Amino acid sequence: MDLTFSPKETAFRDELRGWLAENQPEPEPADGGEDAHYTWRRDWQRRLYDAGWAAPAWPTEYGGRGATPTESAIYFEEIGRARVPFAANTLGLLLGGPTLMVWGTPEQKERYLPPILSAEEIWCQGFSEPDAGSDLASLKTRAVRDPAHPDEWIVTGQKVWTSGAQYSKWCMLVARTDQEAAKHKGLTYFLMDMEQDAVQVRPLRQITGEAEFNELFIEEARIPDANVVGGVGNGWKVALTTLMNERAGLGFALQIRLRQLLDDLIAAAAERGLLDDPRYADALAELHIRCESIRLMAWKGLTDAERYGQPGPEGSLVKWLWSDTNQRLTELAVDIIGPQALTTGTSWSYEFLRARGNTIEGGTTEVLKNIVAERVLGLPRLKVAA
Amino acid sequence: MDFGFTDDQRQIQRTARELLAERARPERVREHAEAGRTDAELWRELSELGWPGIAVAEDSGGQGLGRIELSILCEELGRAVAPVPFLPTVLAATLIEHAGSPEQRERWLGGLAAGETTGALGVAVDGTAELVIGAPEAQVIVLIEEDRTARVLAAEEAEVTPIASIDPTRSTARVSAGDDAGEPLSGDVPGGIDRALVAISSELVGVCDRALEMTIAYVKERKQFGVPVGAYQAVSHRCAQMLLETEKARATASFAAWTADSDPERLPEAAAMAKAAASDAAREVTASAIQAHGGIGFTWEADVHWLYKRAQLDAALLGGAKAHRAELAAILAEQLGASTTA
Repeated sequence: MDLTFSPKETAFRDELRGWLAENQPEPEPADGGEDAHYTWRRDWQRRLYDAGWAAPAWPTEYGGRGATPTESAIYFEEIGRARVPFAANTLGLLLGGPTLMVWGTPEQKERYLPPILSAEEIWCQGFSEPDAGSDLASLKTRAVRDPAHPDEWIVTGQKVWTSGAQYSKWCMLVARTDQEAAKHKGLTYFLMDMEQDAVQVRPLRQITGEAEFNELFIEEARIPDANVVGGVGNGWKVALTTLMNERAGLGFALQIRLRQLLDDLIAAAAERGLLDDPRYADALAELHIRCESIRLMAWKGLTDAERYGQPGPEGSLVKWLWSDTNQRLTELAVDIIGPQALTTGTSWSYEFLRARGNTIEGGTTEVLKNIVAERVLGLPRLKVAA
Repeated sequence: MDFGFTDDQRQIQRTARELLAERARPERVREHAEAGRTDAELWRELSELGWPGIAVAEDSGGQGLGRIELSILCEELGRAVAPVPFLPTVLAATLIEHAGSPEQRERWLGGLAAGETTGALGVAVDGTAELVIGAPEAQVIVLIEEDRTARVLAAEEAEVTPIASIDPTRSTARVSAGDDAGEPLSGDVPGGIDRALVAISSELVGVCDRALEMTIAYVKERKQFGVPVGAYQAVSHRCAQMLLETEKARATASFAAWTADSDPERLPEAAAMAKAAASDAAREVTASAIQAHGGIGFTWEADVHWLYKRAQLDAALLGGAKAHRAELAAILAEQLGASTTA
């Protein structure tokens, strides 16, 4: 056991920290809405890209730095610590790119990877549907070959929780291509061009009042055969690759954000002279323990991944603990700061409401518990009547 | 960055688990617990293997390994609920080693490291510690007062009154000593206490681990309404929660053991975190274990209550979760003060 960083890892951190110190993003736009915010993040990604910091975990042949998993975790820790925004094309960088690297053809990699990195083409994720949330494999969006043009697919269906869809060129779309096959087997993974009239994007207003996500209405959209990723009927496996990448990197950045939020809360408690008030000290200390546990468990998961290859299902524990802790933290913030923390427009009111989504997005806590029970503890699965 | 054990550490863990699976089988633990006796044979065997002295410096008669290695053994002995005075002996040795004078170390550590003498550690108010694990058979007792002063006593210098606790896998006693009895430990008492907290936390992690293991085995086996009860989410989600608590405790205890050896500046914070997390986890996980075992879990015949009982005593030892969270809050306030004045 050695919880220090190697000289190479430290050099990596120092270089990035140095660069971030000298290269701050423009101030966050105060108004101009979603579009201004997106442009701000896109411009920031371009600066990261120019300096070779958009996706250090990507192999050098695709424009990354070939960073190790530990270095990649350091990258997200530093991004979090510097309080800079996530790159506009985070889904392309973290999910789409790595999925293509595993399943894409050489032509697909050559065509799609460079513009992901440079933010020329933004990606979004078309997985969830109104009737297919936790039970993703039950999705109904259909793709059929066009009888007139057999090298084209016609897609019809509806997707939901698609963040950044209005800015996206490509959608990672999972659709049913075989109605007869068993539910996990009839799926295919496509790259769908968002710039066609058959795809309508409608913002989905969430409880915070903003629209981070969208609904997609797809009515006979066209996708060429060349945009199938990983083969027809293999969509579930390809989708799992995307989902496996979902938590790996981002987790470190989220954990640092949680830490910063707790530091802010501890400072707020201290300002009010409440840090040694037993009503709050106990809860703050518990949050500190949880934050540290999340950090330690995330690093432990990384060690396991480096030793044994893939990240294990234990990552579910970290996501579960993180989401629950963020909710407790923001609730305690309201207790400590008082009702003014709930004033619209304050960061605490936003954090408080946004945290409610944490136990749902990226795997609900209930599904995570199932994963832990079945795949870590080996408990039997209850057979539900179909 | 490497969170894993070294090959040597894994070897220690494997050897310990295999040995205890053989020598501290549940029926043997039960036999000694019911008779209220220490397993002298097992203790002799562990002593011959040098376990009690694993973290004691070589020139004091120990093996000179680190707190991580000690934590591995504590965890395995916690898993086994072994009826031996290992924990109280290493707690006493830890305080003497870190806070004792050269003479005190010379006098006591060799015997403790070799397991020839056993020790005990109690928290006293005005010279009396109400419940001290291992005290009835200890030759050396360390008493810590609430102001974090400590002294070391030969057993005959104190009044030791055996008392039965809910955990019969270890002996317990009230220890009382006059003001002038024993010798003060004038060195780094807080550092010794922090290291003691890490050892207790590690034992608690082992208790959690075993309670979860027994529970998983049971709920896979036990059928109601025609299916294993572990298939019900009310049960399986409870088990998932047990794992989460166990892993939280494990992460913080490992970190604390590592800081004790490699980053002592962070030890006070890490030790408080570990003891708070492990105390809560052990109480919750062992309680859940009884609940998930259903009626059988409440019987004397099922072994899960030994874990539950040990969890209670260890959780209360040297301060419970709330006390350590209060300690942690004070440390955080201090860090904040330091960072705003810096």
